[in-house]
Amino acid sequence: MRGRFALRGVALGYLTVLLVFPLAMVGFRTFEHGIDAAWQAATTPDAIHAFWLTLLMVAVAVPLNTIFGVGCALLIARREFRGKALFNAAVDIPFAVSPVVVGLALILVYGQTGWFGTDLADAGIKVIFNPLGMIIASIFISLPFVVRETVPVLREIGTEQEEAATTLGARPLQTFWRITLPAIRWGVAYGVVLTTARVLGEFGAVSVVSGKLVGKTYTLPLHVQAAFEDFNLAGAYSASFLLAGLALVAVLSMQLLKRREIA
Amino acid sequence: MSIVVENVSKSFGSFQALDDVSLEVPDGSLTALLGPSGSGKSTLLRIIAGLEEPDQGAVLISGEDATQLPSRRRGVGFVFQHYAAFKHMTVRDNVAFGLKVRRRQRAEIRARVDELLALVHLEGFADRYPSQLSGGQRQRMALARALAVEPRVLLLDEPFGALDANVRAELRAWLRRLHDEVHVTTIFVTHDQEEAMDVAEQVVVMNHARIEQSGSPSDVYERPASEFVMRFVGPVTELGDGLVRPHDIDIRLEPEDGGLEAMIERVVHLGFEVRVEVTLASDRRMWVQLTRARATELELEPGQIVWVRPDRTAPVSPSADGSDSAARPGVGVAGELGD
Repeated sequence: MRGRFALRGVALGYLTVLLVFPLAMVGFRTFEHGIDAAWQAATTPDAIHAFWLTLLMVAVAVPLNTIFGVGCALLIARREFRGKALFNAAVDIPFAVSPVVVGLALILVYGQTGWFGTDLADAGIKVIFNPLGMIIASIFISLPFVVRETVPVLREIGTEQEEAATTLGARPLQTFWRITLPAIRWGVAYGVVLTTARVLGEFGAVSVVSGKLVGKTYTLPLHVQAAFEDFNLAGAYSASFLLAGLALVAVLSMQLLKRREIA
Repeated sequence: MSIVVENVSKSFGSFQALDDVSLEVPDGSLTALLGPSGSGKSTLLRIIAGLEEPDQGAVLISGEDATQLPSRRRGVGFVFQHYAAFKHMTVRDNVAFGLKVRRRQRAEIRARVDELLALVHLEGFADRYPSQLSGGQRQRMALARALAVEPRVLLLDEPFGALDANVRAELRAWLRRLHDEVHVTTIFVTHDQEEAMDVAEQVVVMNHARIEQSGSPSDVYERPASEFVMRFVGPVTELGDGLVRPHDIDIRLEPEDGGLEAMIERVVHLGFEVRVEVTLASDRRMWVQLTRARATELELEPGQIVWVRPDRTAPVSPSADGSDSAARPGVGVAGELGD
């Protein structure tokens, strides 16, 4: 018994020191001078713009990576093809490469002197130093989550249910919507939550391609850093609090949904 | 509907699962594919269902070439060893699945599902989830689900393999009765010879990616085409140069023509049957299965000298020395069923 309590204590202590304390401090500092002051700091035009831009990036990157991720997972778990091992490894590249490098690479390809840069500029499309490039960067760095969460679930459920559906007359799409997707939904949902959290919080890659144009290409993480460097501590804390809160809502909502499903 | 398999071969990498297999299953029959694991029986079933593509050969369902037909258009019902229940659906929705993807009327689906649940004795379980059912109930649900779409052919892959002995025996008898009622051409895979003999009208014995023999249960038991079949479908013991069923040997207390001298080693009473282990003059050991009545009559004791002799009608297979492959027919056709 004592051993079990000791283990619990160590785990809780670890979490407290590294996670709970710092986050609680952000909360404390945000509301140090009262709710009104916090609200004031969080609703400056720059902060509001950063908030909406961050949500826009989530709204574009998460659905795209969900569709692409489930497709990739199906390919990896259900099909045999030449070069599959390479493909499987390539999916992990965004995890392996530093986000700053990702940002630089995007500039090299889409920037004004990049491969497609001039063609895109001629067509009137501005990628770098523009929200479009930031969205592309977000998609890049959060690409593996849905794939990695979904592949093991697909392997675990096996192919028998899908085969049964096929012999019962279901077309491939019917089998996917009615059998496969319901069976893997929690894996996908977890991947979506992680993707959301990552897109909300991404700094490096987005920072490089944003060009840091105030009121134009500032997301919440960039806003936090800028405010902090300007000694606008209230602004930095309130934006941080908002950012952490959004991520927590994403994680908790999934836990709640899951609990209701099981009950 | 009749099923014809013509010269089908299938490999998985370097493993040959089926080697030029041909088979005919008559319309309305109940056929068992019997063999040890790895003999290719499940692969053959999956190829008939369209879940696996043959490397060579053809599958004909009621005379039409179905080799290129996708599984969903073959009109087969498939039952898996581990049920393949749709875990997120109720029993009712599981059974209704095939009708729903065919976009049948809601009232019609409801009526048909109720009818099927009654057929498999799951009337009270319509709103349960598969996780709330026992193994036997899940398998009956899977059967109802397969039957819902009125398949031309019912295919079962080791349907009772994951169940305990009592439930297995019960479901076996039930499948037999079901077939008498529904009369759909049925093929089931099993590695249990007793199950095959008990349920099927036609038994197809497979080994090493080939069909060893196919015929009525009594055919394969009484007239095995190879040593493998002889050994696989029932108990055997060696007598002289041949294999013989231990219950086809009699023990005599006096010397007799064709009898071999032997010494009793052990007499084991196993309820109805009595197992007598003897050593022949050649030092070979063998065993004889007697009825309790016959054993009582003989009053056998260890150490006693007796004479063993195969029954005149007993099937005897030439033993070991490579005769196995010589006796192996490449093709198993069972046009006529026994009895």
